[in-house]
Amino acid sequence: MCTTCGCGGGETLIGGRPLRRDRAQGAPLNYRQPGEGHTHEHHQHSHASGISESRMVSIERDILAKNNGYARENRKYFSAHGIFALNLVSSPGSGKTTLLVKTIEALNGSLPLAVIEGDQQTDNDAARIRATGAQAMQINTGKGCHLDAHMVGNAAQRLDLRDDSLLLIENVGNLVCPAGFDLGEAHKVAILSVTEGEDKPLKYPDMFRAADLMLLNKCDLLPYLDFDADLAVENARRVNPDIRVIRVSATKGDGMDEWLEWVAAGCRAAKGKAVEAV
Amino acid sequence: MHEMSLAEDILQIVEDAAQAEGCARVKTVWLEIGQLASVEVEALRFCFDAVTRDSVASDARLEIIETPGQGWCMKCSRSVPIAALYEPCPACGSHQIQVTGGEEMRVRELEVE
Repeated sequence: MCTTCGCGGGETLIGGRPLRRDRAQGAPLNYRQPGEGHTHEHHQHSHASGISESRMVSIERDILAKNNGYARENRKYFSAHGIFALNLVSSPGSGKTTLLVKTIEALNGSLPLAVIEGDQQTDNDAARIRATGAQAMQINTGKGCHLDAHMVGNAAQRLDLRDDSLLLIENVGNLVCPAGFDLGEAHKVAILSVTEGEDKPLKYPDMFRAADLMLLNKCDLLPYLDFDADLAVENARRVNPDIRVIRVSATKGDGMDEWLEWVAAGCRAAKGKAVEAV
Repeated sequence: MHEMSLAEDILQIVEDAAQAEGCARVKTVWLEIGQLASVEVEALRFCFDAVTRDSVASDARLEIIETPGQGWCMKCSRSVPIAALYEPCPACGSHQIQVTGGEEMRVRELEVE
């Protein structure tokens, strides 16, 4: 759960079915479900009254270790099977789903691919993807504001992922929370549309810093707007000097060749690495 | 960012450690939170109190060690302090800075009995 947006967990649905919390990872964890009693297995020794002996225990554990553990497992699986996974992040309404639909249409079956769609509610986006003929799995996060590596691993298992394929993960439309959660992807791709503000990379620096590529979408609308595209790119480079930028218009097709070439190069590299590892 | 889910993860780490050590109560929890880790410390305290209720760490004191943000300025070729991710180098004004410290989020130590 996230206090920024008041979201919470416990209502996640993958393909309309509840997320199973049974996949143990590493050491056994005491996962407490809401309304469930708290076990006191650790109260094994007697408590002598009035005597309290304090001692220090060094732990040194990362707080995000659990998510990162699942992300590592996902990455290992993707890499062993030559799967090039992209985590697409943006605000709601930047045109992520349209971009995916147009990408799938442009690839025209030249590459096996699957899509994981993250939204709070509805199966609408997965249905839009399925209409192109591609397989898609919808994750409904309920009150949750982001996808985590456990949900993605679960959804990936329910998809028929082919070796040497492309996996497009459309995160929940949110520029804050998804930045902190590694899903095991090869790259985060941030999508900023020109109908938003040029200063979004400065307002939400975590996300633009976590991304390797920024797609500046809806560029066909630039003649009708006051949006300064160069300033938007400059702002993105202020928070992330290494970020690559491609200007596109998903609906009109401008810049899509460069984006498709970037995707194809990533797929070739993923396939090459998987072959090397065999 | 995700103070409530972070607090839940912290409690899980604390409960695992308490069980492994066979201790009855956790009195103090020391966290290391970097200045650039996108964590609102006051919100985290609030959430920590909420999630630790009725647990081995109920009423535990939360000590937060905030580590300063640090970066490597490519133009100056030296380490510089940075208070926020998009801040320019305090010496030369360049934005070509690689973050080298201040993103930590760790449970460091517990005081148990």
